[in-house]
Amino acid sequence: MCLAVPGKIISLDGDNGKVDFGSGVVREVNLAMLEVSVGEYVIVHAGFAIQKLDEKEAEETLKTMREFLDAAKRSVNEQSEQKGD
Amino acid sequence: MKFELRDKELAADILERIGSSGIKAQFMHVCGTHQDTLVRNGLDTMLAQTGIRIIQGPGCPVCVTTPKEIEETLKLAESGITITVFGDMLTVPGDKRSLADVKAGGGDVRVVYSITDALKMARQEPDKEFVFMGIGFETTTPSTSLALLSRPPENFSIISCHRTVPKALKALVNMGEVKIDGLIEPGHVSTIIGEEPYRFLSEEYKIPQVIAGFEPVDLLMGIYMLTRQLAEGRAELENEYSRVVKPEGNPKAREAMAKTLVETDVKWRGFPVIPETGLEISDKFDAHNARKKHEDLLAPIWDMEFPEPEGCKCGEILRGITEPQDCPLFGKACKPGSPVGPCMVSFEGGCAIAYKYQRK
Ligand code: SF4
Repeated sequence: MCLAVPGKIISLDGDNGKVDFGSGVVREVNLAMLEVSVGEYVIVHAGFAIQKLDEKEAEETLKTMREFLDAAKRSVNEQSEQKGD
Repeated sequence: MKFELRDKELAADILERIGSSGIKAQFMHVCGTHQDTLVRNGLDTMLAQTGIRIIQGPGCPVCVTTPKEIEETLKLAESGITITVFGDMLTVPGDKRSLADVKAGGGDVRVVYSITDALKMARQEPDKEFVFMGIGFETTTPSTSLALLSRPPENFSIISCHRTVPKALKALVNMGEVKIDGLIEPGHVSTIIGEEPYRFLSEEYKIPQVIAGFEPVDLLMGIYMLTRQLAEGRAELENEYSRVVKPEGNPKAREAMAKTLVETDVKWRGFPVIPETGLEISDKFDAHNARKKHEDLLAPIWDMEFPEPEGCKCGEILRGITEPQDCPLFGKACKPGSPVGPCMVSFEGGCAIAYKYQRK
């Protein structure tokens, strides 16, 4: 039920718009919950866009995760050094 | 599809770190889609080997809908009203029958993808009376609210079975039946409500929480973040899914909800009445509240009690104390084609997910 998928807004018409989900799937989506423009990505659930997807952040998610892990590793190492083990 | 995060190496790295942290813990998630990601990718088994057990909570909206609510809808369908409903509600058994059975017997029950489709049908067929069964948590509820605000036609009403998550988690924690060392909060509910409504669970109950997305690496990352909190003795709310979940959630969606719905105390399947976790249509929209509009048909049901399906352990599964495979009916008397309880119907139901992937 809470399944929601990202898609790109390709046209706008009042509260509604067409969203491209890739692989040739385009659907009419209600966009009234958001301030959006054509070209932006949204997360769609049951015919309604519930949130914008930060394209840049999404593209960098894996990189951010790696950085987070590296930082975590450093801090763990530092902690063990401080403990002297 | 764009934005799919399938990075095996990263996933393996996170798993490794979870394992080497030495933390043994039991985390609960509250989302059928999380359960699907966990089981489909075998993460539940891999995590169990590292000492992390993930259990399901009441995260399937169809499953937590009570037998009484299903009876209400069945009654309307049997009285000649056109019922519009999301697909995974169709075969959920009520007392002796499901909406699919009523449909097979000539009832007008239609599956819709969105409440927008239901509204469209009602506008196109003004001589028919339509009721939409409004199921879902905060992810879905705003669509019901926007439909109410869109001046629906006279022949359209909604039976609201919507529920909200955070206070249900509080009830679950207070019941004290299950050990919860950390909570994985549902990403798409959070897109609407934001971070704040969960925070009290960390502050008052000292439970670490992470809002997590739905890709395997999202979930693993969320779980890793929980283990870090435990290792460092912290209990905070963190957000792994920040590419979609904003701290403030979606204010416009919440505004629509506030204009159209009021909090009520409501029973959840497997739980007693949980205060302030139901959402009923507010008085201003009585004309589109099926419980008001069709009170003559529904009122007799309100005083009746409807038992859980015999032998079904959905209630315990929703409270995180039983696994689907522990139900004696699992895969025998109860299968997706012949479900005994809702957990075998909904694609978010623990039993349906367990059944689907065990056969692969
Ligand atoms: S296997 Fe069927 S009967 Fe058993 S708990 Fe799941 S849905 Fe209920």
